[in-house]
Amino acid sequence: MTTLARLKDQVRNAASNSEPLCIVGGNSKRHLGREPTGTPIEVSHYSGIVDYQPTELVVSARAGTAVSELQQTLAEKNQMLACDPPEFDGKATIGGALACNQSGPSRPWYGSIRDYVLGVRLINGKGEHLRFGGQVMKNVAGYDVSRLQAGAMGTYGLLTEISLKVWPKPESSITVRRNTDASDAIRVMSEISMTPAPLTGACWYDGNMYLRLSGPGAVIEAAASGLTGERLVDDTAFWTSLRDQTLPFFSETPDLWRFSLRSTSAHVNSHDDWLIDWGGAQRWLAGQHDRAELEGVAASANGEVTRIRGGDQSAERLPSLSDSKRELLIRLKQAFDPARVFNPGRLYGWM
Amino acid sequence: MPRLVVMPNSTEQVQKAMRLCRRYRVPVVVRGAGTGLSGGALPHPDGVLLSLTRLTQLLEIDPEARLARVQPGVRNLEISEACDAFGLFYAPDPSSQIACSIGGNVAENAGGVHCLKYGLTVHNVLQVTVVTVDGEIITVGSGGLDSAGPDLMALIIGSEGMLGVVTEVTVRLLPKPSHCQVVLASFADVESAGDAVSAVIAGGIIPAGFEMMDNNAVRAAEAFAEAGYDTEAAALLLCELDGSAGEVQDGIGKVVNVFEQHGATSVRVSQDEAERDLYWKGRKSAFPAIGRISADYYCMDGTIPRRMLSRVLRGISELSTEFGLRVANVFHAGDGNMHPLILFDESKPGELDKAEAFGAKILELCVEVGGCITGEHGVGVEKLKQMLIQFDAPELALLNGIKDAWDPEGLLNPGKGVPTLKRCQEYRSL
Repeated sequence: MTTLARLKDQVRNAASNSEPLCIVGGNSKRHLGREPTGTPIEVSHYSGIVDYQPTELVVSARAGTAVSELQQTLAEKNQMLACDPPEFDGKATIGGALACNQSGPSRPWYGSIRDYVLGVRLINGKGEHLRFGGQVMKNVAGYDVSRLQAGAMGTYGLLTEISLKVWPKPESSITVRRNTDASDAIRVMSEISMTPAPLTGACWYDGNMYLRLSGPGAVIEAAASGLTGERLVDDTAFWTSLRDQTLPFFSETPDLWRFSLRSTSAHVNSHDDWLIDWGGAQRWLAGQHDRAELEGVAASANGEVTRIRGGDQSAERLPSLSDSKRELLIRLKQAFDPARVFNPGRLYGWM
Repeated sequence: MPRLVVMPNSTEQVQKAMRLCRRYRVPVVVRGAGTGLSGGALPHPDGVLLSLTRLTQLLEIDPEARLARVQPGVRNLEISEACDAFGLFYAPDPSSQIACSIGGNVAENAGGVHCLKYGLTVHNVLQVTVVTVDGEIITVGSGGLDSAGPDLMALIIGSEGMLGVVTEVTVRLLPKPSHCQVVLASFADVESAGDAVSAVIAGGIIPAGFEMMDNNAVRAAEAFAEAGYDTEAAALLLCELDGSAGEVQDGIGKVVNVFEQHGATSVRVSQDEAERDLYWKGRKSAFPAIGRISADYYCMDGTIPRRMLSRVLRGISELSTEFGLRVANVFHAGDGNMHPLILFDESKPGELDKAEAFGAKILELCVEVGGCITGEHGVGVEKLKQMLIQFDAPELALLNGIKDAWDPEGLLNPGKGVPTLKRCQEYRSL
């Protein structure tokens, strides 16, 4: 029996027995969402690149393919997944990266993994293998089921294959570090973002702002000449440790929160421990805090907050929703997974 | 004709209208500027036409955060015009951008000639306010770059007015590139032009716009716009690069090289804005130009993997002979979206039916080579039958399940976008 047939079988059996399944890829994101429950259904064996057409800028890979492996293959043709999802020590899979909508520091300029998805194949809660979208850049036939999966964390189906748009790798990059406070960094990052400078990274951490420029050597030299600060010798190491959350900021705290908000929002609670990324649009907060209080902070900045790590994993961790949105998510769950086998309670306790 | 036209002035009025329609089970068709090409906003004879043309306010422009919050009736081009002073622009630029509204762009996931580099509507919207069929407000997206949980915004964008009524849209703005140049090249055969396109992309260049026209389209466009196109060319390429002066100069050199290596019979590079506008004028007026050489035309919108171009063009040419109708091809070469224009004369008995049958065959061919039935114009009423080629029964059942989740009684834009299961059975039995 093929791996795919086994996966479909396992889903069908689970559906007929109303047995919850816990979708597992590389197991690098177990801490995300609420406590995983149910019988594990392993997707990591369903891996490998199915089709890669460099001149079409398209790659299709099985969901269990490691993000790092995919990036290596693309790099041989001077291409990349520009959304640069975290690789988590080679464990992260492309299916998990899409399910959790994870993108790297270049996200504001290159776009998110959801932006690069062209199509998916998935197993629905009845064990049917379905295809949505495709391998072409433009496709508006039917609702966009592929991108809906970004952030669904498997609750709307088990992803089996993903087609993604790929992008040329820039020739080189320069990173400039400048000592400054968070408020000044937010101001400078948004000022530069308003210009056509070839920015591909802008973050603030531990009293320093880091700005990365990428492109042909002469172009980024010209752009970097206008920036004050010291140049990093090995900038790849810095951005990789930011992306994969191996900086001390992330590794030294059991409690981590993520804010998604308007990039220019004022820096608040400055006595707390913050890391600001995505030019201000993604802000990480370390330490123990009250969820309701942080939701108030997020709302006043036109955004939202998610608990990423720490605390009680049986409590709600995603942003609170209005009643109408909650009902809608439940009805959509019914369409994809009527027997509620996939990752029950992982996103919200009520779904 | 609709039974009634409702023209709300505010989100609250949209909510009231929806509550009444829901209560009395009245079908609702939402309509913006009415520039759609698939009949997605055709009124329902027993229903309300909810026209959003009065919701035309630019609510907010935040240049530092590079976003604009607008009502759905705001015209696409108006956004770029309003933020021009800040050196910013809104990237998606459908050909109808002077007239089409942003609400319609969201409903159709509108594209344009710059999609390869800058994406479609779905890549350029941050937040959308939706009024549901129950009159409730749901906000999807966030003030940031993403929001936790399933991406409901992706579901709304391109949903053709089937899931909810868009009453407010926050779009992402981009800094305007400082330089822009276009290369115009002629080729003696379509294969060489197609290979040249692939070679440019293999070389690591992402053009801002990359367009191809076949000889019929070139002749019509030239006669109309006098853009200086080579009317002997079997295929003509327009390749535009933008960025900093250095980037553009470097890239243009590479593109010219690739075109020459692939046997281009002539290569010209725009030297100033006037020349660039002139080269684009021909392409942008291709549709009206065709309208001058034919009584009527039927515009198709399939997308194909680019490597299948020669095969598909050969197939279209054979079909053209078979149906006895001329066809002109305009192709977004960068992203694989083709717009074959079938020329016909509605006043001749049977020609409209013939043109539609020809078009259906073209879409079948697109799906056969791994493409899709619509790249940017939407399904509407036009391509409902072709949805059965694109999707199998369980897939269509899931799409209908999504519809039910938002609109259980099927009041929003009935008979469009996704064929109901009943319709599917009817089509299959034909």
